[in-house]
Amino acid sequence: MKVMAQMSMVMNLDKCIGCHTCSVTCKQAWTNRTGVEYVWFNNVETRPGIGYPRGYEDQERWQGGWERTKRGRLKLKAGGRISKISKIFSNPKLPEIYDYYEPWTYEYDMLLNAPAGDHTPVAKPKSLITGDDMSISWSANWDDNLGGSTETAASDPVLQHMSEHVAMEFEQTFMFYLPRICEHCLNPSCVASCPSGAMYKRVEDGIVLVDQDACRGWRMCVTGCPYKKVYFNHKTGKAEKCTLCYPRIEVGLPTVCSETCVGRLRYLGLVLYDADRVAAAASVENEHDLLESQRSVFLDPHDPAIIAAARAEGIPDDWIDAAQQSPIWRLIQQYRVALPLHPEYRTMPMVWYIPPLSPVVDVVADSGADGEDARTLFAAIDRLRIPVEYLAGLFTAGDVQPVQATLRKLAAMRSYMRDINLGDERNESIAASVGMTGAEIEEMYRLLAIAKYEERYVIPTAHVEQAEALEEIACSLDYDGGPGMGGAGPFGSSSGPQVPVAVENFHVLQSRQTADRPSTPGRVNLLNWDGLGDPPEGLFPPRSGPGTPEAPGNPAASGSTSGSGPSGPRSPESSS
Amino acid sequence: MTPLDILLWVAFPYAAAAVFIVGHIWRYRYDKFGWTTRSSQVYENRLLRIGSPAFHLGILFVLIGHAVGLLVPAEWLEAIGISHEIYHIGATVLGTAAAVLTIGGLAILIYRRRTTGPVFLATTRMDKTMYVFLGATIAFGTAATVLYQVFGAGYEYRGTVGPWTRSLILFQPQPELMTEVPLAFQLHVLAATALFALWPFTRLVHVFSAPVGYLFRPYIVYRSGDGGRAARPARRGWEPMAPPEQRSRSRVGR
Repeated sequence: MKVMAQMSMVMNLDKCIGCHTCSVTCKQAWTNRTGVEYVWFNNVETRPGIGYPRGYEDQERWQGGWERTKRGRLKLKAGGRISKISKIFSNPKLPEIYDYYEPWTYEYDMLLNAPAGDHTPVAKPKSLITGDDMSISWSANWDDNLGGSTETAASDPVLQHMSEHVAMEFEQTFMFYLPRICEHCLNPSCVASCPSGAMYKRVEDGIVLVDQDACRGWRMCVTGCPYKKVYFNHKTGKAEKCTLCYPRIEVGLPTVCSETCVGRLRYLGLVLYDADRVAAAASVENEHDLLESQRSVFLDPHDPAIIAAARAEGIPDDWIDAAQQSPIWRLIQQYRVALPLHPEYRTMPMVWYIPPLSPVVDVVADSGADGEDARTLFAAIDRLRIPVEYLAGLFTAGDVQPVQATLRKLAAMRSYMRDINLGDERNESIAASVGMTGAEIEEMYRLLAIAKYEERYVIPTAHVEQAEALEEIACSLDYDGGPGMGGAGPFGSSSGPQVPVAVENFHVLQSRQTADRPSTPGRVNLLNWDGLGDPPEGLFPPRSGPGTPEAPGNPAASGSTSGSGPSGPRSPESSS
Repeated sequence: MTPLDILLWVAFPYAAAAVFIVGHIWRYRYDKFGWTTRSSQVYENRLLRIGSPAFHLGILFVLIGHAVGLLVPAEWLEAIGISHEIYHIGATVLGTAAAVLTIGGLAILIYRRRTTGPVFLATTRMDKTMYVFLGATIAFGTAATVLYQVFGAGYEYRGTVGPWTRSLILFQPQPELMTEVPLAFQLHVLAATALFALWPFTRLVHVFSAPVGYLFRPYIVYRSGDGGRAARPARRGWEPMAPPEQRSRSRVGR
């Protein structure tokens, strides 16, 4: 047994309102750079729908993930080592940028600088790939809220695996949102696909990262990831992916997507697992057994034998403590309401989901029945084949039984808590009907409905003794265009020595203050100025003359800073 | 032998070799982040799927052919029963096939690079320079083969260019071997030498990232902070933060 710790996430889909705040804050934090315009480390999909990139779940087409050979071993679906190297000059299964979407901006400058005329000036869309005019026909979230789904949703790979009549009536039936980030899998096929060995799983917390110095741009990881969450930066020629905001996690902060989640539906915490059993668990024959086999890999952090083994592996005591407090452990193993996304890819994903009960409740309520009555809901879960089958296609490789069990627990909680809220007797029989006790249901309710920040995000900090080692281990996002966005190295875009994240941020900030390409070069963009440092050039008019004191009547107040300082026009407040 | 011969056939190759070796070491230390294939496949896939494998496989065969032709003495081959005639026919047939593959691939790739908007935009000045020298080397080499080996009587470069190459490697340069070589071969050699000097500063560095290690490593890579960047000394002024007592200890201790 080899005990390892994994930082993982659970999302409660019933609470997702599809506001995309997570996507936007993530993009602002990590991928607002040239070369990754089309990259969404976090995206929110409307389901049923085809997701982003289009139809990524169709592994017959994209060949992501693992498959089990007849001899019971795992092999990469897109081909093993020899096959990968033989395809290295042109990866046959790589999505083109147009399979994602062609990124664009608008010609905003025209709004201000168009010559006077009879018509209102228009900001035309301009491609960020070619710089030419373009007509926008697709983007990351084109089918939001089922928009246009009558045309597109038929190609939803999950729907296609269901029976014919479902596709016709689904639109009246249900809809929910599915936020997605990198799964930080226990058995990551992207890491296995990397010819350069540049992708790795961090020993300390299991976060999967790309070493930007070792990546050689072979692009096999993009194909290897069945969730299509490794992206190719077309400016630097290197792969980038969600880092689970490791600089925040290391200091005990939740990821940006979790921190900014409006519905508070995300949970972060540690799970202890047995690394020696991962390969065997991922290669069980029946796809329906993958959920249970992945659960069997997780180790009980309360078991004294496990604690001793974890200590022997060098896992610090406060990490074991965090694993015991982990909301993830409770949701996955104790209440068993969380399910993995597409376990049939055999990557052992570690971002799990609590499936939404709302499609069922909506149907029951629409029919005029009591949407909070346990028996009505139980009956509806058994009867409503379409949403349950669809959820099973997402979370359990098509096995409806675990989805039904999970939904029953959520229904029981809903009904049990209604009685309490109305001041009725606690009805233990409801709890018993899903194999729980009333006290357990109340605990689960607390965790799902009202858990505070510290309960949702149980993140042990990286250790001081590890801190120096962890600091700036080669990471996905140290760079954009080498030392600072403006200053490309001598070999075209993105060359030069390593730059610490902090320095890179400084350069980015500085160049963003003065650049808002492509339409208005040289203009000051105040929206991007954070108020620190020298004000952007052109913000204040030049002084009347050098050496003129700002406050001639009060030389003592301005002190030594008055006069012809090299720092230019700068108010005394801003220099403090 | 004129000073120009010394310059072209001794000084220039050694200077290029020095730039090639030192340049690669420097580039690897200074610019690991820029060390990539800079693939443009995400912009355009259809032409690349034919052109890139054709060019790369062709150029690999060309490389093997050059290694045999230049580095292996003719007597050695004769000793294992490969006579001059067999070698000549083999080299011409295989070499022509490899050349067709290489030139066909390169033509497709250059056409694609010029006509596909996003690919052309992503082409740097260094790329263009590199293409000139790479194209010239291949063009002169093909011209020499076609003029002398396919349609001509056959030029025995294993008596001149081959020994000259080996003489450079053994640090006993014999520039006189090159003075009588036909112009097409001379130009081919000079263009190739220039390309070698340019090599470390272009995207051609990706040749040295051939992922051989992939065949032997375990699929899943685990890495801890210890093996990473922290092992290397920090640049002056960028030492990681540490409490004062540790800092003084490390300064004295290490």
